[in-house]
This record gives sequence, C-alpha cells and structure tokens, in this order.
Amino acid sequence: MTRRGVITGLGVVAPSGMTADEHWDTVTAGKNKLAEISLFDASGYPVKLAGEVRDFDVTGQVDGRLKVQTDRWTWMALVAAEQALADAGVDVSTVDPDELSVVLASSSGGNQFGQRELQRLWSQPDRTVGAYQSIAWFYAATVGQLSIKHQAKGPSSVLVSESTGGLESLGHAARTINRGSSVVLAGGLEAPLSPYALACQLGSGRLSTCRDPLRAYRPFDADATGYVPGEGGAVLIVEALDHALARGATIYGEIAGWGSTHDGRHTVPGSGGSAAQYARAMRLALAQAGIEPSDVDLVIPDALGVPEFDRTETEAIDDVFGTHGVPVTSHKALTGRLYQGGSALDVVTALLALRTQVVPGNAGSDNPACDLDFVPATRESTVDSVLVGARGFDGYNSSVLLRRYVPAETGERR
Amino acid sequence: MSATGLSDKTLRRTVVTGIGVVAPGGLTRKDFWSCITAGRTATRRITMFDASTFRSQVAAECDFDPAAAGLSPRDIRRSDRYIQFGLVAAAEALADSGLDLDGEWLRNRTGVVMGSAVGGTTALEAEYVVVSNQGRDWLVDHDYAGPFIYQALVPSSLAADIAVHHGVHGPVQVVSTGCTSGIDAIGYAHQLVQDGEADVVIAGASDSPLSPVTAASFDAIKATTPNNSDPEHASRPFDAQRSGFVLGEGAAVLILEELSHALRRNAPIYCEVTGYAARSNGFHMTGLRPDGLEMSLAIDETMRQSRLNPEDVSYICAHGSGTRQNDRHETAAFKRSLGQAAYFIPVSSIKSMVGHSLGAIGAIEMAACALAINTNVVPPTANWANRDPECDLDYTPNTARELPVHAALSVGSGFGGFQSAMMFRRLTAVSA
Repeated sequence: MTRRGVITGLGVVAPSGMTADEHWDTVTAGKNKLAEISLFDASGYPVKLAGEVRDFDVTGQVDGRLKVQTDRWTWMALVAAEQALADAGVDVSTVDPDELSVVLASSSGGNQFGQRELQRLWSQPDRTVGAYQSIAWFYAATVGQLSIKHQAKGPSSVLVSESTGGLESLGHAARTINRGSSVVLAGGLEAPLSPYALACQLGSGRLSTCRDPLRAYRPFDADATGYVPGEGGAVLIVEALDHALARGATIYGEIAGWGSTHDGRHTVPGSGGSAAQYARAMRLALAQAGIEPSDVDLVIPDALGVPEFDRTETEAIDDVFGTHGVPVTSHKALTGRLYQGGSALDVVTALLALRTQVVPGNAGSDNPACDLDFVPATRESTVDSVLVGARGFDGYNSSVLLRRYVPAETGERR
Repeated sequence: MSATGLSDKTLRRTVVTGIGVVAPGGLTRKDFWSCITAGRTATRRITMFDASTFRSQVAAECDFDPAAAGLSPRDIRRSDRYIQFGLVAAAEALADSGLDLDGEWLRNRTGVVMGSAVGGTTALEAEYVVVSNQGRDWLVDHDYAGPFIYQALVPSSLAADIAVHHGVHGPVQVVSTGCTSGIDAIGYAHQLVQDGEADVVIAGASDSPLSPVTAASFDAIKATTPNNSDPEHASRPFDAQRSGFVLGEGAAVLILEELSHALRRNAPIYCEVTGYAARSNGFHMTGLRPDGLEMSLAIDETMRQSRLNPEDVSYICAHGSGTRQNDRHETAAFKRSLGQAAYFIPVSSIKSMVGHSLGAIGAIEMAACALAINTNVVPPTANWANRDPECDLDYTPNTARELPVHAALSVGSGFGGFQSAMMFRRLTAVSA
C-alpha cells in the first residue's frame, strides 16, 4: 500500500512575484519580467538581461545574524518556506520532528557569498576566508538552515541534477512520505546572478544575448536564440494524504506519477538531446499515474529556447500525445530560466491551474517554429491533470504528473 | 513502475554486485583494501598546492594519473578531477560486477546516483583565479574562462558523465548533503531499486576538495588538524590527542542490483543493503549535541529495517573524523542505539588512513563494509594510542582483525546537521 503524497502549500520567491498569487497574476496576464541586470554592472557581459527578484528586502523575514551567515539563495528559500507553510496551514510545532523533511534542489549553491570569499582569499595577503564560507557556499547550506529553523529532523536531501531537480524533488518527497515522513518541504531555488556565476553560465553556450526583454527568450519561436537566466523558485509543501485529510487541509493536487531518464550521451552543439528518452520520462509518469495521454489536460514543457532543443521537445510531446494532442503552455519567457527553481515554479503554475480551472496563455512566441497546440490566451478550462516536463544539462529528462485530488468516498474532485 | 509501501516485506531487495575505489594509498579496490587492512596511512604534507600559509597543511592525496587509469585525452580535458575519480571507480565497479549493459532494456533500467559535497569547487576556484585576475576584479572577464567551466559550476556533470560513459538511460541524480552525500546517494539508489524505479544503479560518491578555498574554509573554523609536524600520524580518530580532521579526496562506486536480477545472472554478491536512514539534528550547521540523539535515531531505524539485534552487528565503520566533538557524539550514539553490545562490536575509522574526503568518504566507507563482509577482515583505526574517557569503545586500534563479518553498519555526520546510517549484511541462502 503506497502512502500518497499531495501538495498543500505553495511559496514563491521569483521574478514573477513574491507570492503564489502574484506569480499567478503575472503568468495569466503574460507580464514579462525580464530586465537589465541590476545586481551588478553587466555592461561588459554579452548577456545583459535577467529575471531578477527585484527589491528583495529580507529585513524582518530573515534574522539579522542568520542573514550574514547565508547567501541570497538561502534567504529566498527561508522566505518561500515560511510562505508555503503558512499557505498550507502547517504549524511545524504540531508535526513530529522525525516526520518533517526538507528535499530541495539547487544546481549552483551560494554564488554571491562564494565569490566574495574567493575574492578575499585571492586578493588579500593573509589568504583567509570568513568563518561562514564553509556553511554558506555549499549545495546543502539551504536545506541545513531550513532543517534547523523548522526543526525538521526527518530524512532530508539535496538534489543537484541541473534544472530537473525541482521536479525530482517531488518524486523524492513522495518516496520519503512512503517511508514515513508526514510533511516534506520540496521544490528548488537558485541564485545564479553573481558576476562569476554568470561567466560560468556563458560557458554553456545556451544564453541569449538579445537586449530586448520582449524578444530575448522565445521558446519554440522562429526567433529563438537561447534563454535568459533568472533567480528564485518555489517551495512546495508535500504532505502524506492521510496527514492532510486528518487536519482538514486544502489540497492543491496529488503527485500522481513521475519519470526520470537520461540521454546517455552528451548534448553536443547542434544536437537537441534525445526526444526518445524525454518521451520515455513522460510515459513513465503517465504509467505510474495509471492514465492515458488523452487524459492529460495540459503540458508545461521545459522550453529551453534553443532551437534544436525546442524541436526535440516538440518531437517528444508529439510522440507521446500525438500531433496537437494536448494543449501546451510555458511561462519561462516571462521570468527567465531559473534552473532548479524554474521547474519548481512550473509546478506552482500547474497546481494553480488545477485549483482555479484556468489555463494561462503561452508566453514568448508569436511566430512558432514548432507545431504544438499552444494555449493562445488565458482561458477557463477543465483541468484535472497536468504534466510538467524538465530537462537538465547534460542529458537529464524528468516529468511529473499532477492531478486534482479526488476523495475516494465521493468520487468528486475538489 | 510501482512504488510499494510501508511494509518492508513488500519492497524489493538490493544487493551489491560490484565495487570500484579510487582512494589515497590505493587507486583500485584491491590496493585500497590492502592499504587500509595493513593499517598504512596515506596522509602527508599537501603537495597539490602551496599550503604553507594555512593552519592545516596535511592531507590524504591520491597519486592519480588519469591517463594511466584509462581515461581518454578528451575525458581528461572535459572532466574535473572529482569526475575523473568517479569515472574510474564506476568502470572498475561495473567490470567487477560482470554486468553486460549491451541491451537497450537493461540500459533503460540502469540508473546513476552519485554524491558529492563540493562538486567542481577545485576547478571553479582555478577558473576563478584566471577570470578575476587573481581576485582583482569583481566583474570577472569571461573571455578567459576555459571551455568546460559550465560543467564545473553544475555538479550534475558527475553523474551525467558516468551515465554517458556507459550509455545508460535510467534515473540519474547527484545528491549533495555535505559529508553524508556518499551514504545518502547510495541510500537514494537503494530506494530506486526497492521501489522498482531501476533494476541496477551505479551508485557512489566522489570529491576532490584539495584546493586553497577548501583548506581556508576549514581553517577558518578550526575543523582540520594543525598537527603539521607529523603528517603520517595526523589523523587520530577516537584518540585523546585528536585535534581535527585531515582532508582527503577520492571516490567509490558500488553496483546496486535488485536481488532476483543478480541471482538470475549468477552475479557475484558482496552483500545486501538491508537498511538506510537519514535524520537531521535541527541544531546547528557545524555543532553537534554530545548525546548523539539524531544519529542514534538513524541507527535505530536502520536496525529496524534490517531486523537485527545489537549483538548481530559484526562491525561499525564509523564516521570517526577525528574532531573533538564528532568522536564523542558518535560514541554516544552507538551506545544509545546498541546498549551494552556497543562495547563488544569492533568499531574503526578508516579516515585515520585515507583522510576525510567530504562527500566521497561515505561511499568509500560503504565499500570498506562490503569488503569486510567479503573477506572477514575489519580494518583498524590507525594512530590510536591514547584513551579518551569519552570514547571508550573498541576502536580496533592499529591492527586489522580477522573475524566473521555478517553485518556491517556505517554512519555519517555532516555540516548542515545531516546524520545518516546504512547496514550491509551478508546474503544468506536465497532462491531466485
């Protein structure tokens, strides 16, 4: 007997908004949030645009002492986690600490903090770093701080599969719940907008150098030229169904299935990765959920904005769902690509579509080069299940099937 | 694919069918085992960079030549040192397992889960020095960056490169829970097998943290030993004179396989993974409460899953980092979980010989557990000379011991408060 995992709370810190509601307003209205980089002087960089969390002031939200010990990336997670817990109505003091877990994804750690300390180490004669470098830069820093703050003593993990981790964290949260945890803080966040981290990202060869925020990141479009990087992400409260029902929680949706595959080869320039392996990840999620492709109401794709990847993603969707077999909508063009945070944010969009029975219109393409059934404008629609897809560098494929929760006794959705 | 549930007996069983190791003092499984069962230490003065200004100037380094280890010039150019370790250890483990990954079906059912605490930090620092003009420029000049700098930024490269080498298409992941990454990666892989998400997982961990920024980071909090005058004896777990850990580097990879899959192909089986649990102390990023409560809870859960009583445990491969607080914390946890039996179970810390390779060491220690079961030999704690009243168990001082090893427990503890435990057990008669 599997213990089912449902999602009962959302927390968002992203270019699209500082709450799930703000994020929803942004994607349903199609508001583009890309702008010139303000976190540092990017005039010497070929990439000048980013999706930033603007005016991010954590005064009153992150304790002053903790703030100096942690990176911007951890601040975002602390704020998003508070929101998500409040949204779920979970009072952590009422949860058995051994059954409270944190499973978050990140692919580059505390970049700004790390660069500052590297600079100190290499530019000063005494060759030292500060006492907090050892706990602020590494990938586990954020999960460690969250587990302390919320007394989460259950099994926790940190997943670093670039860009797919926001989805993989849901699968692992479900595994963790199946083994006895009641509440898992899942999702992903990223703060890759320091000068050095941006220089590293340029090395992927996938970033857009276009300077027009409305034209820079155009997934699936004839003018697609790469992606614009962004920061932030989401924390989601994944809860054992019995635990959520016992406390009368409102359920956004159920983690009905997930699938994870790898191309098994590097994605060399010109190749867009393996459509077949990506399609297999989608089929694994559908099979676990026990549904047919025709039962899926919406797909939120990875939408890398690199033409060859957009083409293979289209192939994979066509392969699973048939040509024009499912409505497709993506909003990364509005926020930039938040890596692990981006896939987590797409899950928030999917859950809000399930909740509101509204599908936001596809963003970023007015002249598609790919023949998918893009949602032309925000519309009301029956949405019972949403498939979210993500792909990561080099060769990672992931997909999660989210479904509206149906109480067994009534058969009615709520 | 079906995730099966709370009742342990419905879960599929995982066995270890291959081992690969790259460690200081032994760059293969066999040489590693010879080194640590001989009680030989691989710690020395740091040669990989100029450590003369640092408080701690000792480390356990691998005398690793990637070309001699079988890597191609392209692998060597593309992959940072920790990924090279991982590639070599994975190839050794797969060869050891005798698995033939030619079939598409098996490739789809084979995953890769690797742990790493700091990933490409060493490469990132080396690149940083160039693009920042030795720390002069905050706005670094990307034109001077090497071609694989993005692979260094994202530690996902570690598992991806191993998946590419062997052309596998199953679930691939990198787990980065600091110093418990190795146990947690193998634990994640074990869960994939238990739940039917994979039949085979190439699982382990790798780290090569020997660079100025890592040395400076641990200096700043006095976690590493200042005992520079006697490098060969600098790592002194459980000894009253211990003064901090000695950094190391390396990798270990295990082939985890679903039991019936292994039996059908008559695979060599080292042992079964019978228990895995993780807890967080919710206390402090680097501090440990002396009572060892959360580590003990992880051990208790591992014992429950393994259906073992304390007296059934043959050997404990300790975290044994050699810091004042860790060894006391851990000793308390063993006593809390195992009671009087804790005094009769041989415990040892192989970090006394191969140093503390952060995320990698947990996987290297699991490899040691599997080899202990396989050979009925328990490796010692080297450099043990002075009894600490707070560390009063049998730490297998200085000399390996021959004894029947039926069940081996290993634990890890790390920054962030992570506490993990895993049990390997000799496989007794089963039918496919």
